[in-house]
Amino acid sequence: MAIIIRMKSITMIEQFIIKALIAGILVALVAGCMGCFVVWRRMAYFSDSLAHSALLGIAMGVMLDVNHNLSVMISCICFAFFLIWLQRKKVFATDTLLGILAHGSLAVGVITITLLEQRMDLHSYLFGDILTVGDEQLWWLFIGGGFVLTALSLNWSSLILMTIHEDLAMAESVRVSRLEILLMLLMTIVVAVSIKIVGILLIASMLIIAPAAARQLSRSPEAMAIFACLIGIIAVVSGIYFSFEFDTPSGPTIVAALAAIFAILFPLTNFFRKT
Amino acid sequence: MTNIISASNITVTRDNKDILDNVSISVNADDFITILGPNGAGKSMLLKCLMGFYKPEKGMINRTPHLRIGYVPQQFVSEQTLPISTKRFLTLRKKVDEEEIEKIADETNIKSLLEKPVHVLSGGERQRVLLARSLIGNPELLVLDEPAQNLDISGQLAFYKLLEQIYQSRSLSILMVSHDLHMVMATTKKVVCLFHHICCSGEPQIVTKDPEFVSLFGNDMAEMMAVYQHGHNHTHEVHNHD
Repeated sequence: MAIIIRMKSITMIEQFIIKALIAGILVALVAGCMGCFVVWRRMAYFSDSLAHSALLGIAMGVMLDVNHNLSVMISCICFAFFLIWLQRKKVFATDTLLGILAHGSLAVGVITITLLEQRMDLHSYLFGDILTVGDEQLWWLFIGGGFVLTALSLNWSSLILMTIHEDLAMAESVRVSRLEILLMLLMTIVVAVSIKIVGILLIASMLIIAPAAARQLSRSPEAMAIFACLIGIIAVVSGIYFSFEFDTPSGPTIVAALAAIFAILFPLTNFFRKT
Repeated sequence: MTNIISASNITVTRDNKDILDNVSISVNADDFITILGPNGAGKSMLLKCLMGFYKPEKGMINRTPHLRIGYVPQQFVSEQTLPISTKRFLTLRKKVDEEEIEKIADETNIKSLLEKPVHVLSGGERQRVLLARSLIGNPELLVLDEPAQNLDISGQLAFYKLLEQIYQSRSLSILMVSHDLHMVMATTKKVVCLFHHICCSGEPQIVTKDPEFVSLFGNDMAEMMAVYQHGHNHTHEVHNHD
């Protein structure tokens, strides 16, 4: 893909880069805020599994000729409710169930996409291809990301209180189970709109690494979210630069940048921090 | 005495089992009620019903309209990954001015903790912070669910002492689930023994001699309770210190 881009004119390239930057920054903002809750509520494995199941959604979208964002969201929601139903049966622990569902649906997704007659770039779904983000995808990101950020900020205090103490939140009339479902729904939106940018296999790391790196810098939940967003933006911008310069897949390049930031920040902040 | 909450004949059923079976209880202004019972006896469920966040299948619950309730839950494990100061935690979702925070912090002895992150607090400190939070908004009723469960003995003593002080200095009622009856024996006005139904209830000195209490907690517990009592007309063999 990148080779084709390079053959086009400079202005075209600039346009691609600008779109990629906008998309990347949007993903960094959404993932930074959502990711804090993933870290606080220990949903890392859940978000990873949800992303894995998204490939099946893409396959369905291709088969039924539906927009990928939509089909991914629907398949992720089905995945989440199926998981809740299995959890209630209490036969296996949640991580076992997630392992079965996530890799099962990833495998079926890969097979379905391979069998489909249409030529599809499996690689770009698994690892992201930020340099081919189009206008439509940008709109999805704007609307989906905007919805996620609005929903999170409207329920911010309640979400934090129930993360600290669920019973206390319930006693103070926070609708805990409703908010849990909301978080799950928001997660499916985050997964759906960011597949194109970081890829299925690396969405979870986008959600986890930036907040984890931000943790040591922060003394309040809001500060942690803001730092996570900033770190995400730095990683996305440098990731896009390297991805374009060295023609590497965008997802892994961004995640490698994130990991590098974490590797630098963590020992530094640990060293200088007193409390 | 004004009645602030009363439950009459409430029944809660889960998985075909009666968690609460025809329970009636009422809380009056200035009451101090301690609910006792073995694990799984439905104590927490009773609190949930009384506070109004679980509706029983049968029975009626009457609460004074707009009753201000403060809730102190069991101890919590604070997630290290969530950075939050004690002060921020206290005021999360609460409308409260600086003056009230100061006053409550004084009252619960947490002034020095306000700027610290919650996750570095000790168990006893955390319980005081939860108690402080429950006092915001000047509650008419405090509901505590095994508030000192995970504290060591001196921590439990300190916590109940603080609770007694608050009970004496403020005009509020207390409804508490606790196994530590011996620690509140002198203050609590009424003890309710719950095992799905109310086995016995009344003044602590009377309840601990009730045959139902003895059959629920065993002779040892009943005898241990006898030690804490101030009465002088009973004849347990352990009661040989006077």
